[in-house]
Amino acid sequence: MINLISSQWQPLLLGLWNTILCSVIALIGSLIIGTFFALLEISQKRVIRVIGSVYVEVFRNIPLLVIAMGFFLIVPMYIAKINGFTAGTIGLTLYTSAFIAETVRAGINSVETGQLEGALANGMTYTQAMRYIILPQAFKVVIPPLGNQFINLVKNSSVLAFVAGFDLMYQGNLIANDTLQTMPTYFIVGVLYLIITLPLSYYMRHLEKKLA
Amino acid sequence: MSMIEFHNVEKYYGKFHALKNINLNVDAGETVVLIGPSGSGKSTLIRTINGLDPIQSGKLIVNNYDLSDKKTNINKLRRDVGMVFQHFNLYQNKTVLENIMLAPRIVLKRPEDENHELAMQLLNKVGLANKADSMPSQLSGGQKQRIAIARSLAMQPKCLLFDEPTSALDPEMIDDVLDVMKDIAKNSNMTMLVVTHEMGFARAVADRVIFMADGQILEDDSTEKFFGDQPSTDRAREFMSKISGHL
Repeated sequence: MINLISSQWQPLLLGLWNTILCSVIALIGSLIIGTFFALLEISQKRVIRVIGSVYVEVFRNIPLLVIAMGFFLIVPMYIAKINGFTAGTIGLTLYTSAFIAETVRAGINSVETGQLEGALANGMTYTQAMRYIILPQAFKVVIPPLGNQFINLVKNSSVLAFVAGFDLMYQGNLIANDTLQTMPTYFIVGVLYLIITLPLSYYMRHLEKKLA
Repeated sequence: MSMIEFHNVEKYYGKFHALKNINLNVDAGETVVLIGPSGSGKSTLIRTINGLDPIQSGKLIVNNYDLSDKKTNINKLRRDVGMVFQHFNLYQNKTVLENIMLAPRIVLKRPEDENHELAMQLLNKVGLANKADSMPSQLSGGQKQRIAIARSLAMQPKCLLFDEPTSALDPEMIDDVLDVMKDIAKNSNMTMLVVTHEMGFARAVADRVIFMADGQILEDDSTEKFFGDQPSTDRAREFMSKISGHL
């Protein structure tokens, strides 16, 4: 195994880097997009609510692999030339954002509605009430489930392996095929995933305690 | 000068007819108490005044803003019309002081030192200056309600709406809140509309008493007439005799 690491550290490191990069982009992107669609889903206007729930239902009910493949195959044909990494990252972002939208929506609903009315009656706009009063409390409530989403996101980034995204999983497959050392390769890949997810998991717990 | 004018206002919740042909005029500086059995539309009526509940037809003018017109900037209207709720509705993620200072800061852009000074003055007025750094969850109901009143006053509104402000309080807390409200009614020229079952309070500070039942205004009397003689409708007399134990 030491041999494997010392001979293959470069492709492994590239994979690790791409997995981290994809995860960070998708994490930030899905949090923003997810929150946006959560807000659409709780809008007073029916049309906007429908747009929100159609988005959520579409992206959370199609397998991630199908979404990633869709972006990998269809977007280059009609819209723009994108590589596997970009296609996979976009797919992962949108897929995760649908789950985050549902999580954040549940968080918003857990804040007593009276506070929104209090803020509105106090002269704040709906946006101000959301920004200063409702969303901060909603996010506090949803940190644990959000942590789950983020960890799933890192693991789901392995979908990049199917669209030539040069992530950790993709590199692992290559190395396993080249060296035929299947078990040790995937063992190392697994450990490298843990190196990303364990600190993330620890950080989310820390955040939960800090804000509680 | 009129602060609030209802002209033939109708309000529905789905099929439920909550307000029926409401006509009402409240002058600036008046203190008006709304009473009536639960479900009679009192709360709905005052919630239409700051647009928390939209009306379906008729004309409603508040502080020269036309609430029946969809183009009216309702956020601007709300700066001048404060509201105190039955369940306080304090911001749970903010300290007492921040509850009071937040809206003046972000809505009125009041300078920070001035904002702080006014907030502390108001906390003194409601007798809770020592709670400035507490969180709402650490306060009793009566304290929460006094903070909620201070929060509304910090916007320096022209009109204050009270939606059953003492109904959720323990009996021994009620007087602290009513004292603050009496002080506002007597020592400011703010227009006040108060939905309450506190007849002692109504008798002491109201200029007028409005009795509602089944979504309609049945009586609109001066306080002297309502409590002195007797309400003129049977419905109101019946209501008053039922709650007379609380007088």
